[in-house]
Amino acid sequence: MKNKEPLILGVVVFFTLVTYYLVEPFAHHQMHKHVESEGFEYADIAKFTPTTNVAHGKELVTSNCTACHSINVENMPAPMDAVTSAATYGVNPPDLSNAGVVYDAKYLAAFIANPAKAANVSHKFNDTRPHPMPSYNWMQASEISDMVAYLQSIAVKAKDLTPAMAYENACGRCHAVHYEKWTQLGTKPAFKHEKDGLAYDIKVMEYEDSIKAYMGKLPPDLSMYIRSRNEHFISTLVENPQNHLAGTAMPRVGVSAETMEKVIEHLEDAGDAKRHEREAVGKNVMIYIVIFAIFALLWKKQVWRDLH
Amino acid sequence: MAHFTKATSVKDWFNQRLAVEKVEKVMMSEYWIPKNINFLWAMGMVLVITFAMLLVSGIFLLMYYVPTVDGAFDSVNYTIMREVDFGWLWRHVHGVAASVVFLIIYIHMFTGIYYGSYKKGREMIWISGMLLFVAFSAEAFSGYMLPWGQMSYWAGMVITNLFSGGSLHADGLVEWIRGDYVPAQAFLGRFFMLHVLLIPLAIIGLIALHFGALRIPHVNNQDGEEIDFDVESEKYLAGKKAESKVMRFANDFMAKDLMVVGIFLVFFFYLVFYNYGFAMDPVNFDPADGLKTPAHIYPEWYFLWSYEILRPFNIDLGLVLFAFAQVIFVLLPFLDRSPNSVPANRRGLFGIWFWVMIVNLIVLTAMGKLPPEGIFSTIGLVSAILFVVQWLALPFITKFEKKV
Repeated sequence: MKNKEPLILGVVVFFTLVTYYLVEPFAHHQMHKHVESEGFEYADIAKFTPTTNVAHGKELVTSNCTACHSINVENMPAPMDAVTSAATYGVNPPDLSNAGVVYDAKYLAAFIANPAKAANVSHKFNDTRPHPMPSYNWMQASEISDMVAYLQSIAVKAKDLTPAMAYENACGRCHAVHYEKWTQLGTKPAFKHEKDGLAYDIKVMEYEDSIKAYMGKLPPDLSMYIRSRNEHFISTLVENPQNHLAGTAMPRVGVSAETMEKVIEHLEDAGDAKRHEREAVGKNVMIYIVIFAIFALLWKKQVWRDLH
Repeated sequence: MAHFTKATSVKDWFNQRLAVEKVEKVMMSEYWIPKNINFLWAMGMVLVITFAMLLVSGIFLLMYYVPTVDGAFDSVNYTIMREVDFGWLWRHVHGVAASVVFLIIYIHMFTGIYYGSYKKGREMIWISGMLLFVAFSAEAFSGYMLPWGQMSYWAGMVITNLFSGGSLHADGLVEWIRGDYVPAQAFLGRFFMLHVLLIPLAIIGLIALHFGALRIPHVNNQDGEEIDFDVESEKYLAGKKAESKVMRFANDFMAKDLMVVGIFLVFFFYLVFYNYGFAMDPVNFDPADGLKTPAHIYPEWYFLWSYEILRPFNIDLGLVLFAFAQVIFVLLPFLDRSPNSVPANRRGLFGIWFWVMIVNLIVLTAMGKLPPEGIFSTIGLVSAILFVVQWLALPFITKFEKKV
């Protein structure tokens, strides 16, 4: 009798794969808009010529930026606490210690010149409701370049920027990650007394009320975003939110490609914390189960030898 | 009272009280299986193993899962996925097995249809099997509610809404099922109970019935051959193993079962570690939010075909046809009027009916997930009508089938 099992297996595998293809790759391709990465090139922004006059840059930053921004590495504290700042500006202005490494240099220069334009949120602002950070397009391009050079000089080296630092700088003032105990005010400390913990929570809520008013809704907690979205979605969204959600209030943050990789890694640490263990265990289980299948096959051959 | 003698061994002690030797014969060594079968006959064992994995992984998950609307999402995605040692492994095994078990059920079911294993005394095997399908569906749906993500919430909303019966507006029934106006704590609590207690009990009982139903008619074979099990088993026991048309369940057939299980587990664990996304919908990793409807609401892949029978019609006709699709497979032994119980490829028109049914179910499955727009909704409508027409035509096709 001819052995039909290979044919039957072929039929079963064929129908299974066709069904899988239709309900997974094909259906998701139909349902979700595909956005190509722009390679974090910020091609719409005009050319940027780097300069090296760090001392001049420091002078300009000190006289123009520190009225709102803190620079902790240079011992320049914030003039107001985060909750008050958010109530004043809508969102807490970032600490500039690592701005030079987190953001793409060309983007950073364009942002200083015209924040709303660089961030692709001009539709949200106008003369009666200006962007909370004023434009510095009255400055010379070389002056802005000097400020960028200064910010780069005080920032940590790119290799020393941790995934958590990248996230906190690029996303953390709007998006909480409660699986990493991150609130928009920083990492929530462990409090000895419940009362102190509640007082902290109230401060976070007050801060969130300001962002809600500024953004239209509370930006979501990103704890599980690496699973509810995916790496490609998050990275192309950050690169240019308007490509995904035309008209969204979310600004283009202007991170460099390297910073983006670190942000993704931080989100993986939050929502897919056991991925390394999964890979290690997966390899061992696969080796074990293949050996099991080989033994099962040999046992079957032995038992069936007498049956034919 | 029975007469007991002093036991000569531990085995003898048990034998006098539990008849272990007899049980071993009835269940294993003298449970006769035809030789002319293929690997599709091992799907029963594959299902037993998959169910066992669901049960064991479910027990571990149950230790840390919190069935409250405030705690459920984080207990799954934080406590189990991050805090508990290997919690992620149990969850991925549970989620992937819940999806794969339906793939094997469908293969098992269509094996039965293809080889005519639902007739000539095997009707109760088929009916108990279809009851198991219903119980597994309820188990899958109730389990899907538990992580309390966006898809849990909105699938729960959509499916419980079906009970309003369209124009009947039985909103009171929907509220009674939910225990609230919307899916909330009462809803989660009762689906939790159904998932971890009542439905698993029903499944275990039905599995016993399914196995019991197999005992008297015996397993079918791939040639539709009627085998005299008494004569053939005597040949086997007389030492003419190669000549006999039957073999022992254990170890003979079990060796093949285990081989197929081994190959299946390679596939299964590949999915668990490297390709689990299909079984764990991304939308369900957003916490439930009653004020934010997801752009696309769709069930898991194994419910898509029946969802697509509901969707293309107006609500009343859709519900009627949806109900039709849910029960019609159970009636298969009575709708098939042919005296033949041989493989479908030897049954003329029925062979065509079978392959059209499979292809059409796959088309319905695909359309059930796609947004109901343009060409997709037309294809869905045609497929849904074809499904109904095929079942209405079945008694006529089979009545005029020639005896083979």
